[in-house]
Amino acid sequence: MFSPLTQADRKAMLEAIGVARVSDLFAAVPEAYRYPPLRLPPPLTEMEVAEELQALSEDNETARDLVSFLGAGAYNHYIPAAVDAILSRGEYYTAYTPYQPEISQGTLQALFEYQSMVCALTGMEVANASHYDGATAVAEAAIMAYHVFRGKRPKVVLSPSLHPHYRETTRTYTQGSPIVFAGDDLPPAAPPEALLDEVDDQTALVMVQYPDFFGRVYDFTALAEEVHARGALFGVAVNPLALGLLKPPGEMGADIVTGEGQPLGIPLSFGGPYVGLFATRKKYVRKMAGRLVGQTVDNRGQRAYVLTLSAREQHIRRERATSNICSNQGLMTLAVAVYLSLLGKEGLRQVAELNYQKAHYAARKLAALPGYELAFPETPFFNEFALRCPGPADEIAAHLLEHDVIPGYPLGEAYGEAFRDVLLVAVTEMNPREEIDLLAEMLGEVH
Amino acid sequence: MAMKVREPLISELSAPGRRGVRFPESDVPASPMPKDLLRADLPLPEVSEVDVVRHYTRLSHFNHAVDINFYPLGSCTMKYNPKINEAVSRLPGFAHLHPLQPEETAQGALRLMYELQEALQEITGFAACSLQPAAGAHGELTGVHMIWAYHQDRGDTQRNKILVPDSAHGTNPASSAMSGFWVVEIPSDERGNIDLAALKAECDDTVAGLMLTNPNTLGLFEEHLLEVIETVHAAGGLVYGDGANLNALLGIARPGELGFDVMHLNLHKTFATPHGGGGPGSGPVVCAPHLADFLPGPVVVVKEEATDDLPPLYGFRMPPKSIGRVKSFHGHFGVMVKAFAYIMMLGAGGLRQVAEDAVLNANYLRVRLQDAYHIPYNRICMHEFVAEGRWKDAPDVHALDIAKRLMDFGFHPPTNYFPLIVHEALMIEPTETESKETLDAFAEAMLQIAGEAHTNPEVLHSAPHATPFGRVDEVKAAKELILTWE
Repeated sequence: MFSPLTQADRKAMLEAIGVARVSDLFAAVPEAYRYPPLRLPPPLTEMEVAEELQALSEDNETARDLVSFLGAGAYNHYIPAAVDAILSRGEYYTAYTPYQPEISQGTLQALFEYQSMVCALTGMEVANASHYDGATAVAEAAIMAYHVFRGKRPKVVLSPSLHPHYRETTRTYTQGSPIVFAGDDLPPAAPPEALLDEVDDQTALVMVQYPDFFGRVYDFTALAEEVHARGALFGVAVNPLALGLLKPPGEMGADIVTGEGQPLGIPLSFGGPYVGLFATRKKYVRKMAGRLVGQTVDNRGQRAYVLTLSAREQHIRRERATSNICSNQGLMTLAVAVYLSLLGKEGLRQVAELNYQKAHYAARKLAALPGYELAFPETPFFNEFALRCPGPADEIAAHLLEHDVIPGYPLGEAYGEAFRDVLLVAVTEMNPREEIDLLAEMLGEVH
Repeated sequence: MAMKVREPLISELSAPGRRGVRFPESDVPASPMPKDLLRADLPLPEVSEVDVVRHYTRLSHFNHAVDINFYPLGSCTMKYNPKINEAVSRLPGFAHLHPLQPEETAQGALRLMYELQEALQEITGFAACSLQPAAGAHGELTGVHMIWAYHQDRGDTQRNKILVPDSAHGTNPASSAMSGFWVVEIPSDERGNIDLAALKAECDDTVAGLMLTNPNTLGLFEEHLLEVIETVHAAGGLVYGDGANLNALLGIARPGELGFDVMHLNLHKTFATPHGGGGPGSGPVVCAPHLADFLPGPVVVVKEEATDDLPPLYGFRMPPKSIGRVKSFHGHFGVMVKAFAYIMMLGAGGLRQVAEDAVLNANYLRVRLQDAYHIPYNRICMHEFVAEGRWKDAPDVHALDIAKRLMDFGFHPPTNYFPLIVHEALMIEPTETESKETLDAFAEAMLQIAGEAHTNPEVLHSAPHATPFGRVDEVKAAKELILTWE
């Protein structure tokens, strides 16, 4: 259907090749297996596909059809129209990885700008051209730290308040490797310093989250110092939107900063594609996985950009590469670059403040309801907080859904019985005060 | 030489006080800010919307892309990306769906994922599918982990090596190594097939599996495929299929029936989703029944069958012996929508036509070039073929020169210096979405370049000439390591 060949073309081409029919080109395929019947629905025209998928999309009730306070690693934010206008340009989205720099300077310069803005945001020195998402970025951080110490420190300490998907993904990635994990069996309410009990001369990395999975914000400066004193690296997984307001991990002594870039201009899209941020110190740049764009000049004296340090990568080093990563999230890094450019210094701070203010208003209102309280009342938070309810959170959520409200993410499934009654509530600039007041009203009727 | 700037960095367009977008004022009573936790400065650019749009639009003009011209990049399947796929993936009912919403509010998306799983299984002849992996290499890593978990589960724990042909993509050995396996390289024979004797010599009880790309990276269908698979199976190993080259087999043969145990697919190659300048891809993994329990999850299942009044209820389920998650949430859903639309439009007949035209185009180009370029394994190929970019009587000319010179004709170069088993390789994959006219124009350019290589090699060494940028200094980039605008 998308092939422009006419029957006359096909005939002429077969003649040029010197075969009688197309099936002669497939003689190497074992005959018994050739041309299997495929039981697929009959083909549809573009118009029919548009109608069918429109209908299928309407079978969903989205975060914007409902009143939603769902976060837990993916957030409903406003995306300025210019982001998708740029992403929809075929020059970007139908290009390949920029291996040929002379005809890829658009992608390369945009990636260089993305790397620069990730460094500005995180307070780090170098950033790569992305990983698949926030989870795989943490997995790559664990593997990188293991290699920094040449395998002599096999232990990676994961905070129990690191996103459950990040921890699970990191474990999957390292199956069969000598890396061992500790830390995430600590009680999730434990303060970050509790992780130090696990940090010894076998430890390569301590990985925390900022804000953590429960929304809490800690200054990790002292913890990072102590981790360094014990010879290990300190890694922080961030929500990059929070860094519009909060002290960057680079200032706290982080050696690796990862992050889920979805809040920076990427739609929820049922979980992907998103983008994994990854930044580190310059001294570790050769241990970092993923693609990297560097500045140079062309033979006409023009400033230009090119993929660099590719000797670390799979297509050169094969089984000795820092990672197997090949495709990453090129177009999503462009979304982040355009989003951060549009918002800029003032805009990102404004959105971050809006998130902070609305979440704090919501927290005050909800915690004042009879039977409800904040699970961590003493700890600062950004745009998400854990709310202890008078009954099982999943039951409350199911009840509110009947009224088209998703009050948050019930924590029982991820954190067990102790968190059965706790709801993780996220509030963004997309939730007007009326929605917050409605949530309070409906939760107030539940107890 | 003073450095010339063709397009400033976005930071160089910055002026204090400029804003590209404003947000509403807060509508809630103010709360105190955590002063000790606030950052002092946020060094992001300050630009207006028009600055941003013009900047990134001008930059886009420096890119080659499938929407501009031919992209015969071997093993990358740079086919045309239908526009309807973009439109449907952006439907609000998909774009604003949160991945952790209750399943009953996401039935449309779950049904799409379920039907895509079923369609991919049908096309490839496998029993089960997980859509979670984010890209081809990610799918490989997943598949190799599944092989590891399968042997562990059977107590067959001495299997510590993965066999990889020397023609394989670099991701194959890298993925195997990440999973803790030893990688043993198997040479190719003089016809470009895997060397059977070498394979047999390595097939002992320490073999966990073989990673096989078929058609291989020479664009050749493995002539002893069934025997290769049988040999590995007889030794107790599993066979992993690298799906990068599946475009040649759509409706032609089903890898699951040929004996492969597990395979990844590249939706961004075979199923026409765009490459995005290096992602996002999508790398679903399909497998035979004996590996289904090890798939990463969650996968989509029918939780309640349809009744007379109600459609089926779809939901997520973790396979019982799953290797676990390989990423957050459920995979690149936005990419899945595009691939699903593509499969819906093609149906069984359209998919077979894709493979036939892709193979026809490749063979046509092969015969058009074979007199001017040496093609080391010159026989009927599948969707791609590999030529040598060198001549004995033009010793200074390299594949790289040919690649750069092609840019002057408006073409993206073929993949060069891969596969490693061909000297000065030029790996050419035209795909099915190119017309005969385009193929002829490309062939003419290649023939002209072959002539220039002998008569005027300097025009090749100094190429490209007609592009906005000339050859860039890669050595300087690696030496100076300027990785940000700071």
